[in-house]
Amino acid sequence: MARLRLATVWLGGCSGCHMSFLDMDEYLIDLAEIAEVVFSPLVDSKQYPEGVDVVLVEGAVCNVEHLEMIRRVRANSRILISFGDCAVTGNVSAIRNVQGGALPVLERAYVELSDPSGGIPSPSDIVPKLLDRVLPVHAVVKVDTFLPGCPPSGPMIRTALEKVLTGEPIDLMEHHLSFGGYGRPKGSEHLPASPSSSQSHS
Amino acid sequence: MAVKTLSVDGQLISAREGQTLLEAAREAGISIPTLCHLDGLNAVGACRLCLVEANGRLLPSCLTPVAEEMDVQTQTDRLQRYRKQIVELLFAERNHVCSVCVANGNCELQSLAMRLGVDHLRYEPQEPECEVDLSHERYGLDHNRCVLCTRCVRVCDEIEGAHTWDVAGRGTHCRVITDLHQPWGDASTCTSCGKCVMACPTGALFHRGSSVSENVHDRETLHALILAREEKQWLV
Repeated sequence: MARLRLATVWLGGCSGCHMSFLDMDEYLIDLAEIAEVVFSPLVDSKQYPEGVDVVLVEGAVCNVEHLEMIRRVRANSRILISFGDCAVTGNVSAIRNVQGGALPVLERAYVELSDPSGGIPSPSDIVPKLLDRVLPVHAVVKVDTFLPGCPPSGPMIRTALEKVLTGEPIDLMEHHLSFGGYGRPKGSEHLPASPSSSQSHS
Repeated sequence: MAVKTLSVDGQLISAREGQTLLEAAREAGISIPTLCHLDGLNAVGACRLCLVEANGRLLPSCLTPVAEEMDVQTQTDRLQRYRKQIVELLFAERNHVCSVCVANGNCELQSLAMRLGVDHLRYEPQEPECEVDLSHERYGLDHNRCVLCTRCVRVCDEIEGAHTWDVAGRGTHCRVITDLHQPWGDASTCTSCGKCVMACPTGALFHRGSSVSENVHDRETLHALILAREEKQWLV
């Protein structure tokens, strides 16, 4: 079997979901046997490649760069997993939506609360232009699976990946997924260590 | 006392006349999800999560009295679909950010979402601008998290007898209020008993100073108070 082409993408999030990805600990070694990480903030690749089998997308769509990225990710990926609460609901990244647009938020941050008062970065600067509303990933592109949690737990991510590897449908609700929580599934401390014997932790 | 015999999910059960479907089902060990309901308070049927199919009709089980030969279904696909929709709509109606909420991990809306298999929201969040009232010296009110279950209104009226809380406004402007829309801290009828905070299912009412996940709604104390009042059973 060809190695799975795996990617992880970091949009508007705190990277906590990626830290949780690393929480899979020794399973990462098993995963490396069966999957090749072709794009990720954890590896040194600049351009999102074509022909990705599975992508975990962390974070909400907050600026024009994210918008462009998520469209490219969707076009080049077979299975897109919305990875963590920011990607699934907008979460903390979307709190600014209540302010009613990007400008009031930028004014609050760079002018009103800045001492001395600064200037708002212009679109011609390095920072990408903010969208007026922060959007969850599924508001922009089709999402195949949702993995809520802030962040989803390492065992939960592992379960999702294992289901993908075996071509099984991913219904993770039985594993006590929850918005806001670490989402550790009940009994996950007894998860088997090897991916080959990992289908029985419901 | 008259006894009614009815069928719930194909199981024949006996119930006392005057009992609601919800009470009878729970006594028979059949679980029906609820949100606005709280044992000891008058039922209002506000949230519609406890809908059941009784003789083919959709009825709120918290308000429907048992009847002889009633055929009740509590777990049909249609009911599950509606319940899931209700929870998604509640999440979309205000600003529920579980990860930074004082009630994270102790929230009935969050638990219901888990139980009903809500893994994302199919509805666009409304993102209304909601106030946070920190004028009370002991408690806080965050309208972002309120689901308008009116438990606070009922517990204050029916158990404490103060009737500090009420509901004002319509539609998206609907809010729980204290004393004719005064800041909570200025509400002269409030006895600071904290029963509203104990009754709240989400992070809308909280103890000031609580941080993320720290606000635990002390439901046991509340139930002990209700029991003491209704059945004259005083815990020593």
